[in-house]
Amino acid sequence: MRGLEDWLPRLVLAPSFAALLVFVYGFILFTIYLSTTSSTLLPVFDFIGFGAYSRLFAIPNWTVALKNLAIFGSLYIILCSVMGLFLAILIDQKIRAEGLLRPIFLYPMALSFIVTGTAWKWFLDPGIGLEQTMHALGWTSFTFNWIKDSQMAIYTIVIAAVWQSSGFIMAMFLAGLRGIDSEIMKAAQIDGASTVQTYRRIVIPQLRPAFLSAFVVLAHLAIKSFDLIIAMTNGGPGRATEMPSTFMYSYTFTRNQMNIGAASAVIMLMMISSIIVPYLYTELRGEKK
Amino acid sequence: MKATKAYLISAVLLGSSALAGAPALAQERVDVLHWWTSGGEAAALNVLKENLKKQGVDWQDVPVAGGGGEQAMTVLRARVTAGDPPTASQMLGFDVQDWAAQGVLTDLNALAAKENWDKNIPAALQQFSKYKGTWVAAPVNLHSTNWIWINKKVFDDLGLKAPQNWDELITALDKVKASGKTALAHGGQPWQDATIFDSVVMATGGPEFYKKALIDLDPAALGSDTMKKVFERMTKLRSYVDSNFSGRDWNLASAMVIRGDAAVQIMGDWAKGEFLGAGKKPGTDFLCARFPGTQGTVMFNTDQFAMFKVGANRQAAQQKMAAAIEDPTFQSSFNVVKGSAPARTDVSDAAFDDCGKKAIADVKEAEAKGTLLGSLAHGHAARAAVKNAMYDVITGEFNGDYTPDQAVKELVSAVASAKQ
Amino acid sequence: MTAQVATVADARSESSPRSLSRALLYTVLILFAIYYLLPLFIMVVNSVKPLSEIQGGNMLSLPAQWTLEPWQKAWNEAQIGVQATGLQPYFLNSILMVVPAVAISTILGALNGYVLTKYRFPGHKIVFGLMLFACFIPFQIVLIPTARILGALGIAGTIYGLILVHVVYGLGFTTLYFRNYYEAFPTELVRAAQVDGASFFKIFYRILLPSSGPIIVVTVIWQFTNVWNDFLFGASFSGPNAMPITVALNNLVNSSTGVKEYNVHFAGALLAALPTLIVYIVAGRFFVRGLMSGAVKG
Repeated sequence: MRGLEDWLPRLVLAPSFAALLVFVYGFILFTIYLSTTSSTLLPVFDFIGFGAYSRLFAIPNWTVALKNLAIFGSLYIILCSVMGLFLAILIDQKIRAEGLLRPIFLYPMALSFIVTGTAWKWFLDPGIGLEQTMHALGWTSFTFNWIKDSQMAIYTIVIAAVWQSSGFIMAMFLAGLRGIDSEIMKAAQIDGASTVQTYRRIVIPQLRPAFLSAFVVLAHLAIKSFDLIIAMTNGGPGRATEMPSTFMYSYTFTRNQMNIGAASAVIMLMMISSIIVPYLYTELRGEKK
Repeated sequence: MKATKAYLISAVLLGSSALAGAPALAQERVDVLHWWTSGGEAAALNVLKENLKKQGVDWQDVPVAGGGGEQAMTVLRARVTAGDPPTASQMLGFDVQDWAAQGVLTDLNALAAKENWDKNIPAALQQFSKYKGTWVAAPVNLHSTNWIWINKKVFDDLGLKAPQNWDELITALDKVKASGKTALAHGGQPWQDATIFDSVVMATGGPEFYKKALIDLDPAALGSDTMKKVFERMTKLRSYVDSNFSGRDWNLASAMVIRGDAAVQIMGDWAKGEFLGAGKKPGTDFLCARFPGTQGTVMFNTDQFAMFKVGANRQAAQQKMAAAIEDPTFQSSFNVVKGSAPARTDVSDAAFDDCGKKAIADVKEAEAKGTLLGSLAHGHAARAAVKNAMYDVITGEFNGDYTPDQAVKELVSAVASAKQ
Repeated sequence: MTAQVATVADARSESSPRSLSRALLYTVLILFAIYYLLPLFIMVVNSVKPLSEIQGGNMLSLPAQWTLEPWQKAWNEAQIGVQATGLQPYFLNSILMVVPAVAISTILGALNGYVLTKYRFPGHKIVFGLMLFACFIPFQIVLIPTARILGALGIAGTIYGLILVHVVYGLGFTTLYFRNYYEAFPTELVRAAQVDGASFFKIFYRILLPSSGPIIVVTVIWQFTNVWNDFLFGASFSGPNAMPITVALNNLVNSSTGVKEYNVHFAGALLAALPTLIVYIVAGRFFVRGLMSGAVKG
């Protein structure tokens, strides 16, 4: 029996690991292979070389998608982190209504974008939303038509995305704050540090793990974000809010150019890896305690 | 040892699912993938379901709405890849050909011969329902896209009549614009922009040019001065839409015309359902007319039910379903509700309203003249890759990203690249 | 919060001009709350209006005439497919899918976390890293190959197929959560039990599980939300009898032609979201506590 006991831990882990090897790494290899075939509607197993990549980068929409991801991704990560941290600090001030406020900040994470996207679309629509309401209230010079403006539409996606995720990030920071030893805080205050100074010098640096986790969660959400764009603008006006995820989906499934879709997926995976792999490396290496 | 038990149970659950997953066999059933989930469409399809029920065929519904069938086509890919195709799937245009080329569609020739499909279904439709001479799909309807929908009161108040040519259209739109109303109700989504484009190409270049440019994809036609003129006209039309048009659903644009906030919408015949649904009468409250300069031609799209190769136990039901779709009584009752013309030309127009009667007559005329042509916007002129590449240019130009000159050049290169 | 966890604010000096800064604090918080509540407000308000009021009026205004008809319609008579069934039957499908999927992925995640922290073997970090990367794969690219595997297993189009897919793609997250949590759990306790001859599962069940409450809450909430809200897998891998509620909701909202009954859409959306909303409201407190107890530590 002893032999089984020794092997049991690995046996327990094996099914999960095997499943992920197939369903993640097997499929990644499959996608890489697909990008070198002539697949259109359904996968075809031949090899025609890496032409799909050069065609991909010649498509203007792909450039737009990458540019949008850069704008969206950086704003989204920064705003979510800043707002999440700010809210967490506010909530941590022994707020009376914490039990009421916390679910308010958290609930957007619970909803699917199939319809909250519609609610945002309405709210931002100048004809029926905020702008019209302001006009009705007498502020007739008020204009807010970003969602209809191809230069500004991407920022409306940011607004809705930040709305969805910042509460979750707040919860992460709040958890981080609550884990900090209050003795250190007290010591700093005795030394005459102000509240702001205490936070800046002592509390925030200790939140490093929370920042890292938040960054990883946000970065992958940014790259994967799909439903939101479909629901709010469907890539429009024109193709102004196209992103790599919507691009990949449309080339694979609606334009019947599966090899180009696969090529764009490979590029996306490379982007994700470039964020995740260094993170995993530092996290797992630094754990020698 | 309860934990062990819990783990075992979960493992067994995972494993046993493989056995339990085999679908129970009903006596006769059809498994139908479609995206007709709105009230009117579903009611129309329900007629088919009831007809089949009378023949002892059970209808298993797989509705997947979204993106004019795009979502459903994704699902179809997953199901075919899994080796579990539906009995039938709703499909548009070249998709039927593309799926047939994969060898997954079944042969309906025996049934078609028995029921005389070759004679009664227009040749222009047959080219989509048949793959290399074999019937693989049953067409349900024939929608046409070159319609304009006019609020009669708005036009009457300004002393306007339904325009017959481009200049009259512009004069009318100018007058409406001057009156302070929105002249053209439009939703800025690529397929809606392309729907206008269809009609403008036809009105500007005529059927020969339309065919050469959008169906044969002739680079000379795509890059011609006529095409430049088409884009100039698109820009002109752009000046009549309100500032809030982008991303608007087509039915909201229809609502603007229904309410009288806007005068004209350029949209396919499914728009009629919106007007009727709002209690408006054709001829008295609203006018349906062909896009000025396109009378005598019909740009169509047709919904088909493509029939997949299924196990022997499901084939009888599949044949019954295909036969039921082409039943003239069903064709009439379905299309009255749907707003389209029947896919068969031998269906009586008695049950249809004025717009429907006109549509049926127009189809007959166009078929005789050889001007029944597939709509680009709805995937019946060019394959998906080319169609979407054109969408990019059309929408880009309409939104001011390209000048007409640039758009023509972009069009040529986008089509060339997508054709690869 | 538990008493032994002192908040940062404890350390604040008590002599500051308290009332003014408090007022400011609450004002800011209330402004944020409005921002977060706005979309929900729009959805709720418009789900209790007759359609005519939405088409003609302002979407931010309160209904002139309150009605619960849209809710009733969305639940049991809205057109989802050929038959007007409402969302009702699909709700059950989602429950049948979500409960086993969450349970299995949580149990597996807990066991994986247990092995990866307490029974380390050479290369355990690489194994963990490889599993973690699964969290970041865009789901669109796995559709076609997953379909092929489900077909080969004979569970294409069934709820079992959906459960399997959700378990597999949830494993990365559940393993991550439990691993980080158990990392902080004193290994000496496990070693002591081993010396006493306790078996692998007995240690897990008797020693680790009883103190895993917070992280189980986090994992269950996370998985429940993701599985419940998933549309892509639900649409692609469900046959006629397995469609989850998100697919039904999509059919309701995204119908191609016909009058859009926005009030019914919003009511339907709220109905579909109710389980997750309730989970967040009821368990939100434990969620933060659970995150605190390990999940955010890298």
